[in-house]
Amino acid sequence: MKEQLTVAMPKGRIFDEAVELLRKADYQLPPEFEDTRKLIIELEHEPLRFILSKPMDVPTYVEHGVADIGIAGKDVMMEEERDVYELLDLQISACHLAVAGLPNTEMSKVAPKIASKYPNIASQYFREQGEQVEIIKLNGSIELAPMIGLADRIVDIVSTGQTLRENGLVEYATIKKVTSRLIANPVSYRLHEREITDMVARLRNVLNVHA
Amino acid sequence: MPNIFMFEKPIGMRDTLPDLFRLKESVRSRMAKETKLYGYRFLETPSLEFYETVGQVSAIKDQQLFKLLDKEGHSLVLRPDMTSPIARVASSHLLKEGNPLRMAYSANVFRAQEKEGGRLAEFEQFGVEMIGDKTLSADAEVVTLLTSVLQAAGLSHYHITIGNIAFVHEVLLHYGGTEERAGVMRRYLFEKNYVGYREYVLELNLPENSLQILNRLPDLKGNEEVLDFALELTEQNVGSAALHELKELAYMLKKAGINSHLSYDLSLVSHMDYYTGILFEVLGDHVGFPLGNGGRYNELYRNFGQDAPATGFGLRLDRIIEAIGGFDAEEPPLCLIYNDAGQFAAMEKAAALRAEGKAVITQNIAGIAEIDTFTKNFTNISYILDANGLGAES
Repeated sequence: MKEQLTVAMPKGRIFDEAVELLRKADYQLPPEFEDTRKLIIELEHEPLRFILSKPMDVPTYVEHGVADIGIAGKDVMMEEERDVYELLDLQISACHLAVAGLPNTEMSKVAPKIASKYPNIASQYFREQGEQVEIIKLNGSIELAPMIGLADRIVDIVSTGQTLRENGLVEYATIKKVTSRLIANPVSYRLHEREITDMVARLRNVLNVHA
Repeated sequence: MPNIFMFEKPIGMRDTLPDLFRLKESVRSRMAKETKLYGYRFLETPSLEFYETVGQVSAIKDQQLFKLLDKEGHSLVLRPDMTSPIARVASSHLLKEGNPLRMAYSANVFRAQEKEGGRLAEFEQFGVEMIGDKTLSADAEVVTLLTSVLQAAGLSHYHITIGNIAFVHEVLLHYGGTEERAGVMRRYLFEKNYVGYREYVLELNLPENSLQILNRLPDLKGNEEVLDFALELTEQNVGSAALHELKELAYMLKKAGINSHLSYDLSLVSHMDYYTGILFEVLGDHVGFPLGNGGRYNELYRNFGQDAPATGFGLRLDRIIEAIGGFDAEEPPLCLIYNDAGQFAAMEKAAALRAEGKAVITQNIAGIAEIDTFTKNFTNISYILDANGLGAES
C-alpha cells in the first residue's frame, strides 16, 4: 500500500506547466484539475493530495512538513533559503533574475537604492559585487520604481523582457537562470523514500535526464 | 519599537504549562532510566559559557549563538549545545587517565532568536557522549542506546539514517580532483541542493567515469545493500574503509537486534566540518523537522588540549513529544474542602493520605470564589465541616 504524499503546488504561471509534466509522468490527474478554486485537492486514483499556495510560500509549507514535496521556482528557493531537499530541476517556467533600470543611468554614488520583491537575493547579489546598496521591498509592479524615482535599479524575474521594454527599462545584469524545482521535506524524504524516489524517477524519465 | 504587552514573552521562548510539564517529565525520566541502564552518568553544566571557549568550538554556527557581555567585557554565550560544555569539563576534570567515559545530559540549550514561528530560542536537549573510545563498537553502542531511548520514550515510528562522512570526503576528493572542488560539492550536499550539486559536477568537465560516480552519489541510499553496491561502484581504496566500517556497524546492530527503523545514505552531510566518521540523523512521524542527530567527532577535544575520539547523539525533547502526540490522562488529586471548624481534622486526614503516597489538595471553603466551577476540576471530593472530621462525600 502506497502512502499518501502531500504536494505543495504554486498557483499561477508555474501551475499549468507542472500539471502537464505530472500528467506526462503518468500521474492520473482529473481533467478539471486546472480550473478548480479549491485550495486542497484530494485525488481518487493516486495516493496524492495537492495544496495550492502562493509560489513564494511553497518552500515554507514543505520546510514545516505540512507538505511532503513541492514545486518551487529557483528564485523563491534563493530568496527563502529554506532547509529542504532540492531534488530535481523540472526545466519548466524558465526565466531569469536580472538587474534592470532606466537606460544610460548610473547608480547613485552615495546610497544606491534597489527595489525588489526579492530583498535577500538583491542584497546578496550587490554584496558579492562589492557594492553597498539600500533595498526597498515591493510586492509587485517593480518596474514602477525606477520610472518614478523610487530606486536606481530593480531586481526582478524576466521571462520575455516585454514588460521591461514596454516601460522603457533595460537589463544591466543577469543574476541567475531560474527554473522550477522539485523539493522535499527532509523528514518526508526519508519516511516516504519509496514514493518520492519513484516520482523523481518518473519525472527524470519525462525530462530525459539520467543520474 | 512597539510597546510590550503584559502577556508577551521574548521571541522563541515558550512556557511549559502543567499538562505539558508532566508529559515532558515522564518522557524524560523514561529516557533517562534507559540511559542509566547502559551505565551513562548524568551531569549539569552552567547555562553561560565563554564565547572564546565553548562558543567558538561548538558545532552551532556563530550567527546562531545567543551572545551577552559580562561585567569585565568578556563575551558570553548561552550554551548552544551540551557537547562542547561536556568536552570542556571532561578535558579539564574527568578524562585524566584517558579511559572511555560515558556521559549523559538533559538540559535546555539556546539559539539566537528568529522571527518565524516554530523556531525556539530555548529548548531541552537529551543526549549522551561516549568519550575516549575510537572503536566502532562505541558507535554501535551509541546507536543501540539511541534506539532503546526512542522506544523508552514511547515512539513507535522513528527512523535513523546512517552515513559516513569519511566516505563522502574520499569520493568527492578522488573523483573531483581537488580539495577546493570537494569543499564546494560537500557544501551543496550539506545544503541538500542536489540540483546545484549536479550542475556543478557537470561544469567540472570530468572524465566520464568520475562524472557518473559523482552524479550517482546522492542516489546511494536505502537499505544495507547500498553499501555493497557502492563498494562495486567505486574504485578500490576510494572510501572502501569507510564502507567496510558501515558494513561492520550494520552487522553489529543486527546482532544487537536492530533490524528495522534503519537506512543508509552515503551522501549524508549533516554538518560542514564537525563530524569525522559515522554520522546519523533521527526522524519521526508527524514532525517536519529531525528529532535529533549524532555521530563521531574525533577533533573537538583538541580544542581543549586533549586527543580524545568521541561519539554521541542529541535529541530534541520538544520534537519527541510532538512525535508521540497527545497527553495521557492524569488522575486528579483528592480534594478535601473544609471550613474553619474542620481545618485540623482535614489536615490530619491529608497528612495520613500523603504518607500513603496519595496526592491531596486541602482547601478552605472560605477561599473558594465559586464552589461549582472549583469542584468541576476534581473527580474525588470530600467535605470536612466539623472538628470530628465528619462531612459529606461526593
